[in-house]
Amino acid sequence: MADYRKMWEELGMDLETHDQLCEVLPQAFGDVYLSQENRPESMDYYNMVVADIHGIRPAELVAAQKTGTKVFGTFCVYVPDEVIVASGAIATGLCGGSQFWVPGGEKVLPTNTCPLIKASVGARLDATCPFFRIADMYIGETTCDGKKKAWEILGEDVPIHVMDLPQMKRAKDIKAWEDEILTLKDVVEKETGNTVTFESLKDSIELINNKRRALERLYNLRKNENVPISGRDVLLISQIAFYDDPGRFTQMTNKLCDELEKRVQDGVSVCQSGDKRIMITGTPMAVPNWKLHQIIETTGGIVVCEETCTGTRYFEHLVDENSNTFEGQVEALAERYMNINCACFTPNEGRIEDILRLAKEYKVDGIIDVNLKFCNLYDTEGYLVERGMREANIPVLGIETDYTDSDASQLRTRIGAFMEMLR
Amino acid sequence: MNCVGIDIGSTASKVVVLGEKEIRFVLPTGWSSKDTSRLIKDKLVEAGIDVHDETTKVVATGYGRVAVEYADEIITEITCHGRGGRELVGGECGIIDVGGQDTKVIILENGMVRDFMMNDKCSAGTGKFIEVMANRLGVDLEELFELAKTGEKVSISSLCTVFAETEIISHIGEGKKREDLAAGIIDSVAEKVAQLCRRMGLPETNILTGGLSDNKYFAGILSKKLRKEVKGTKEGRFAGALGAALFANELVKD
Repeated sequence: MADYRKMWEELGMDLETHDQLCEVLPQAFGDVYLSQENRPESMDYYNMVVADIHGIRPAELVAAQKTGTKVFGTFCVYVPDEVIVASGAIATGLCGGSQFWVPGGEKVLPTNTCPLIKASVGARLDATCPFFRIADMYIGETTCDGKKKAWEILGEDVPIHVMDLPQMKRAKDIKAWEDEILTLKDVVEKETGNTVTFESLKDSIELINNKRRALERLYNLRKNENVPISGRDVLLISQIAFYDDPGRFTQMTNKLCDELEKRVQDGVSVCQSGDKRIMITGTPMAVPNWKLHQIIETTGGIVVCEETCTGTRYFEHLVDENSNTFEGQVEALAERYMNINCACFTPNEGRIEDILRLAKEYKVDGIIDVNLKFCNLYDTEGYLVERGMREANIPVLGIETDYTDSDASQLRTRIGAFMEMLR
Repeated sequence: MNCVGIDIGSTASKVVVLGEKEIRFVLPTGWSSKDTSRLIKDKLVEAGIDVHDETTKVVATGYGRVAVEYADEIITEITCHGRGGRELVGGECGIIDVGGQDTKVIILENGMVRDFMMNDKCSAGTGKFIEVMANRLGVDLEELFELAKTGEKVSISSLCTVFAETEIISHIGEGKKREDLAAGIIDSVAEKVAQLCRRMGLPETNILTGGLSDNKYFAGILSKKLRKEVKGTKEGRFAGALGAALFANELVKD
């Protein structure tokens, strides 16, 4: 492992505190990941990326900045990477997924804020994550009240542009999102000094679509009866998708899919016969939040699909690549992104329909609907999700949890009982 | 041949043996589930049951289930309570288990667990809540229920055990009567349990298991709140262990 201390120091990080995080991560990764049997060989790439999560990619970003490239940090799957990339900049996901950062966020946020927001704010203010230090500008959005107010606090420490995401899906809302995308274009153009053109946007739409295609290919392979890859591994890949170089990520993921296709042909499976096929629905799982997958896959289940922002909501639906005009491209972007079904919208029947469709496609035995503690939107929508599943005779277990391990033993009981119920 | 079901709960450990010997006993869990499981083994040996004998099958359940090293199988308390409940009142019922650290509601259909729910927010609506409040009033559990029967309930609105305790302290400070507070405490627990039940949609027949299972007063309040029959039974306390013993019996058949 290369020595990144100098880079971290130059980024103004709190090295002493950061060392504590560096100490615990390898252990957690080893327990959850390296303990698995029969992993695909192509997981080596992702192992490497995550083993040096605060080194390899941050060093690339810093090197790019030295040549004048700007880096934008994003927090939501509604923010169109295409526009950022088309301005010659780099987009990187910034969501915090570790309890390590939560106390830092609680210094300024109410305790009853969701852990994702607390961790994200804590990672910035405590200066313990290089990605949060590197980003020249953050792009926020108005998905929930907790985030809206958090941007105001973060905005005192780092430049931030907030996109106003509509919360209904009428024609005028899609039009409004189109306007917001145009405003984002102006913001990134000003920040980078480059112009977003029809050509550059055409290229970035293709680049990001290809990433989506690779992820879709990966997910499709999980539909096989012999599941060639664990849910944990796919979750890790999805998490890495948010911050890796998109071109390289697509290439490596397609390489992995080649191996998995061979596995499917040869009947190689990572699960035992009798393991229950589980779909997780609900809130995102930012790196290194692997808690629920780990519990499910060590109590007789195999996660075959995630209907989350770190799952199908991230890659489903492509942006139309056939627009002949710049305006057409922006319209296509707005339409694609407004196709995502997040609980921040009302009404949101589309999400229930998505889950029912995915349950069929992935032949799931049961659904675990999870919301991060204090996420009112997904918690409330959980009622409708559970009712919808019961009406379709799909067993469903609702769970609320956070980044701590304090409920691990209760979760083991509940998930264990759910698996016993499915037998 | 003996089938042993061991239910190591957070407060009490319950043991049911079916087969040649038919025994059941309960002992406090203490702070170490491992020690408790060893103690249970000694007690079983005293009763002439060798857990290592091939003709003896052991199934462990409860939150300390993994600590039972001599178990042939480990099954969650939800599935075991379901199996035990089926034995006690039949395959179409609701099982309400108010445990030491959590409360579960289990719905049985055709003898199988169709759905279940567990309190996940905090210890309000669990045995722990009653224990903390009884301590605060300076009485034991039995005395708390006796007091409650004669009281006019004082409304306790806090959702959280810690805050509810503060609320009780302020009521005590105002000079409220102990029996009225006791009635309020029991009502508050029953209301939390009822809330969980309402989310599930209970069948017509329901049984109370866990530590409060033979508490007729508590079962009565729950029945009234839910407008459904909630039976309190003496055997309810052993439902999890009984279910585990019945699963052990299935291991013998396999």
